This record gives sequence, structure tokens and C-alpha cells, in this order.
Amino acid sequence: MTEAIIDLIKENVIQGRVTRDDEGLEEGMVGEPGVTELVGEAIEQGIGLSDIIKTGLTEGMETVGQKFEAEEYYIPDMLASAEAVGAAMEILEPHLAENGIEAKGKIIMATVKGDLHDIGKNIVSILLRGAGYSVKDLGNDVNPRTIMDAVKEERPQYLGLSALLTSTMMQMKDVIQALTDSGIRDQVRVIVGGAPVSEEFARSIGADGYGADGFDAVRAVESLASDKAKG
Amino acid sequence: MPREGILVHNPYERMTKEQVRQIHHASMQILTDPGLISFNRRAAEIFASNGAEVTPVSSGDHPTWLVKIPEKLVLHALDSAPRIVKLGARNPDNALIMNGEEPRVYFVTGSETNIWLDVEFPTYVKKSDPKIEIQVPEFHPRRGTVADLCQSAHVCEHLETLDGYIRTVNIQDKDITEDNKDVNKFFASLNNTTKHVMSGLTSLSQLDNVVNMARIIAGGEEELKQNPIISFITCLVKSPLQFVEDTTDTFMEVCKRGLPVVVSSSPQAGTTAPMKEAGIMAQINAEVLAGITLGQLVNKGTPVLYGSVPVRARMDNLDDSYGAVETSQYNVDCSQMARYYKIPNYSTSGVCDPRTPGTQSSVERLFSDILVTLSGPQYLHCAYGLLECNSVFCLTQAVLDDAHFQMIKFFLRPARIDETEIAESLKQIREVVATPQKLYISYIRRAMRSRQISPPYPFEGDGEGDNVFALAHKRMQELLAKPVDHIDRATTARIFEEILGLLRRQVDGLKTEG
Repeated sequence: MTEAIIDLIKENVIQGRVTRDDEGLEEGMVGEPGVTELVGEAIEQGIGLSDIIKTGLTEGMETVGQKFEAEEYYIPDMLASAEAVGAAMEILEPHLAENGIEAKGKIIMATVKGDLHDIGKNIVSILLRGAGYSVKDLGNDVNPRTIMDAVKEERPQYLGLSALLTSTMMQMKDVIQALTDSGIRDQVRVIVGGAPVSEEFARSIGADGYGADGFDAVRAVESLASDKAKG
Repeated sequence: MPREGILVHNPYERMTKEQVRQIHHASMQILTDPGLISFNRRAAEIFASNGAEVTPVSSGDHPTWLVKIPEKLVLHALDSAPRIVKLGARNPDNALIMNGEEPRVYFVTGSETNIWLDVEFPTYVKKSDPKIEIQVPEFHPRRGTVADLCQSAHVCEHLETLDGYIRTVNIQDKDITEDNKDVNKFFASLNNTTKHVMSGLTSLSQLDNVVNMARIIAGGEEELKQNPIISFITCLVKSPLQFVEDTTDTFMEVCKRGLPVVVSSSPQAGTTAPMKEAGIMAQINAEVLAGITLGQLVNKGTPVLYGSVPVRARMDNLDDSYGAVETSQYNVDCSQMARYYKIPNYSTSGVCDPRTPGTQSSVERLFSDILVTLSGPQYLHCAYGLLECNSVFCLTQAVLDDAHFQMIKFFLRPARIDETEIAESLKQIREVVATPQKLYISYIRRAMRSRQISPPYPFEGDGEGDNVFALAHKRMQELLAKPVDHIDRATTARIFEEILGLLRRQVDGLKTEG
């Protein structure tokens, strides 16, 4: 029974189905439970969270990654699966601590002040959730004060900043400066991204990482996490 | 089920209805004044016995006649020419059904070139940074052979958008003569593609051999009539307004046998036709109508195509300029005229001026491919692989052209807007706007897999490098490695027994002679 539910969770991650209303890739799946319903059922049945995460969600996502590499899956498929994993992690999050499972990390995401373009930031958020991170999205046109307050309150390990315009990208520098001025710069790793942003720019404003696209952003976060683990 | 081609729902037309009528009336006037010079005695006699005014112009070794064709003879011929023409195929699923009133476009190769272009990719090293190497295509022209024609038909069999095959290269092997060229070019084409095969004829003496070959492949006389796997193209009228002696003979003999035939005229604006649009249109229309009229007088009901290959002259050397914008204008106009007469149109696009594939070639061919397709000609001889007007053929270019036509065909899909689509879209919009992410991405997936989203350009390279030619060449080699449904052994044996002049090496393995 345990195995059957875990297999179904994995299959639905591969299909990119968040709820029973989602189509998935194959015919006739609408109405069948999606990842959120299955995870809820698994918790009710007392199935180990570690099994749900490792065998159901992570292995499912690994299969999706392989399909993407093989050009069988495209970005919309990756995002659908990542969304399913993200939704599952949201359900699982309150139960992690009580089961002695350490969360992968918390990230605050924001599109900086003066910039309303949030497609890229939203995609990065989905992919990060899919990779098992807890993401708090502050939205777009977010002023540095709001970001500072969120960092102080949520105490995330990572802060993701996004801008699409050359006129707003310098806001990222202001946010980093504000973190420094408040004495909390060393508590959070800052990753920046967006169309006009480059690795060189990221370095010049004192960011810790740069994501050229959604996948690269996840790689950047994973890389910073790995550096931290190595000490 | 015949091939679908692509239906152009609202064909692009340059001329108003009134302008079409004006061209028609001008052509009718041309057919009586000045009329046409016929170098062909039989054609002159046929016209004379059917009420045309025919006057001897010169006698001696090369007698000529002035033929003045009255409008009623033309209109009578247009009445008897079939509205619907079927071009059959060895694989019946590849048949083409062309309706003169329906702008459904079929994409076809052509014309016959003398030069075959081989492509190689030598590696170049950057002088200032020897670590950087790039592969640059190099093109090597040479005379076309039977083996090349086979290769070309083989690859064209696998090109998705290609609906029919006109021989692409003139076979010039040492053992090819005027007496065996036709049977060998038709066999090479028919044996390597199951699509429709159209060609001109080099020697009238070979017509019956070619028709007999087609009859054997089709399975008999009646079968060939029902499924005409071959057709012919003839340029019986040389511009301006002259019935040529030998091609007019060929045309009349094809008509007698009831096989489909293109009445093709190829005036050059500026030299053999007026430069002005009104002038070249009135003349080419008169020339094609004169040919169609002759065909119907020879054999009423002969399936004919209104063949238009107008072109503008280059101003620097008076060569053809297929890349000129006016060339596309003339072709679009011809398509409209053919539809006015309800006769399927053989039109031209994709021919370009440069001799090698490259940026100019791509710009010129895509420009005319898009515009002429939009005008809705039924049989678009769109120069897959053709370069330097009609002189050079490059198989890699043909593969590139296939990608162009995939884009054009996708563009011409009808708009999917109806009550169901609107309702589904409104549901999507409301659902997405209610989410924090506000992204429609999850709805893309099904559309993507049901081919509702256009595929990426197939020869897109990685990074900043332009690898289009190398990738297209690789694709060409992949297509060449795919099997082709050749004519079966028993039929091939019968063809070789009954049809003289076929080269054994066409079936024993091709090795170029000379």
C-alpha cells in the first residue's frame, strides 16, 4: 500500500499534476488524485515523510530532469512537475520538524522596486520549490525596506532578487547595501538575476550568486548550499 | 486519401476583379493582333481547321504561319479543360488532386539544372586565436549525373512538405544520350520516390517508351489513366508569342495520350515581354491560353495546368532575376488569372539569383515562397534546392527549403477561433489570474504535444555560432540513409525487358560514368 501511494506520487510528479483537476500528459487522468491529494493521503496513512520526499518527489523530479535532458520534456513540463513538488512540500513543511527532517532551506524572492516584471522571478520560485526549498515570494515592485523586514523576520538562508529593466537593476545594489548597513548581510546569501543582469554585474554589486535563467538560479542556490556545507 | 497540401483560405490577390477582366481582354486582343507565329505546321493546321485565321508568313526550310485565335475558340477550350486535375503517384496516398477553383497549394521541386553542388565542411582556425576552429561550408559545382538524380529523388521522398517531384538535375553521364535520357531520368525518379513525377521530354521519340514504363508501373492502361503517376511540362510557346516547332509537337503528342501536361510560358520582363506589369501579364496570359486552346483542340478534355514562369530581367546583364520583387508580383498575378479561368495553376517561387546557399539565397527564396504561396497556386514549383536561377541544384539547400515550407504551412493553418475555443480560453484566463504566479505555462503542454505549437527552427545551432548549413547537411545525410520504397523486383525486371535504353547500373548499384 505504502509503495503504491509513493509510486503514484512519483508518477504524478512526472505527469506534472498538482491536483485531481489537472490533465497531465496522458489521456484520462482528470479526476484521478494529483500530488497534493496523494501526499495528504500518505500523511494520513502515516507513511514516512522521508519516503514521500525521497522516493516520491525527488525520484520523480529526477526522472523529469532526465526526460528534459533527453529532449522528451520541455520547460513547461519541468515547471508543471516543479509546481507539483512545490505544492507537496507546502503540505509537508509543518510536519518536517516533528519528524526530525531538516528543511533544505528558505528563500525570499522579490522583484525590486520600480519593476513590475515578475515572470522570471515566478518561474524561479516554482523551480526552487520543485527542488525542495521553502520559498516566500514578496511579489514585484518591492521596496528595500520590505525586503529588509522580511529577511529579519523570516531569517532565510537565501534572498533572490530580480529585475528586468536597466533602470531598476541598480535597486539590487541598494538592497545589498541596506543589508550591510543593517548588519545582517552575512546572514543571507543574495542571488540576483534578470534579463539585463550579468555575472559581472552580480559581482560588482556584491551579490553571492547569479542565475542566467531559472535552472541556473537553482544551480546557483545549490552551489551556495554546497559551499556552506563544506564550511 | 490524396495528399492534403495546404489550403489558403483567403488567397492574396494583387489585382482587382476589374483588372483581371482588363488583362483577359488585353490577352484576347493579343491573340488576334498581333496573334502568334507558329513554327509548327500541324499546330497551324489544327488552328486553321477550327476557325482561327492562319496565314503563311515564310516558306522554305523553316516555314512559319501567323495564327490569329478568336476569343470564342479560347473560351470553348477553357470550357473543356478539366477544372479538377489529378496527378497520381506510385503510392496512391501521394496523389495530388488539384481544383482550379480551390487555392490548395502543393509544393513541388524543379527545375532541371545542369550543375550539381557538392558541399564540404573544411575546418578553419582563427589566426589570432588558434584554439578557435570553425567549419565553413564549401561548395563544389560539377555536372549532374544519374546517381545525383536518384539521390535527389530519394531525399525528396522523405521531405515532409514536398508533395511532388520534378527532376532536379540534368543527367549528363557519358553513357546518357538523347535517345536514352528520358527513360533513364523518369526511371531514376520513379524508382526513388513514391510521389508524383513530372518532367519535360528531351526527345519526342522517347515519349512512348516513357508512357509504357509508367503503364507497367501503374499496372496497365486503365490504371495509368486513373492514377497518372507521371505528367509532362512543355514550353510550347516561346516568348514573345511563338509556337516552337519541336516542343509544340511534344505537347500535342502528350495531349493525344491524355496524360496531364503543363502549358508553360516563361517570358522575361524587359526582353521577351514588356517590363510593365500590365504588359507582361497580358502577354503571358495570351501565351498560356494559346497553348491550352491548342491542347483542347488536339484532345478535348486533356488535363492541363496553367503554367506560369514569368521573370524580370536583371538590369546589369539582362539575365533572369528570380530574386527580383517583380518576379513574385507576376507569379501572384498569374495565380489569380488561372483561378479566374478555373484551371489549376503551375506557379514558381523560391528561385534565387546567387549560385551558392547563403544569406541572399535565403532572403530571396523565402520572400517569394511566402508571397506566391499566399496567392494559392495549386502546383507550386518552388525550387527546392535550386540556385543561380535554374542552373545549380544543391541537395542541402533542398533540406533547408523544406524547413521554410514547414513554417509557411504552419502559418497557413486556419485560425482556431470558435465558441469552444473562446469558452476554454476564458476559463484559463480566469483560473490563471486567480493564482499567485499568474502564468499560463501549465496549459502549454497539451497544445505542444498535439502539434498546435510551431516547432523551433530545426537547424538552430548552440550558442552564437551559425551551424545552419552543417546541421541541414547532416539532416540530408540522415534522409539519404533512410530506406526508400523502390519499384518491386518483378516490375523492374519487366521494365528492363520491355523498355530499351535503361542503364543496368540504375538497379545494380549506381556508379557515375564520366
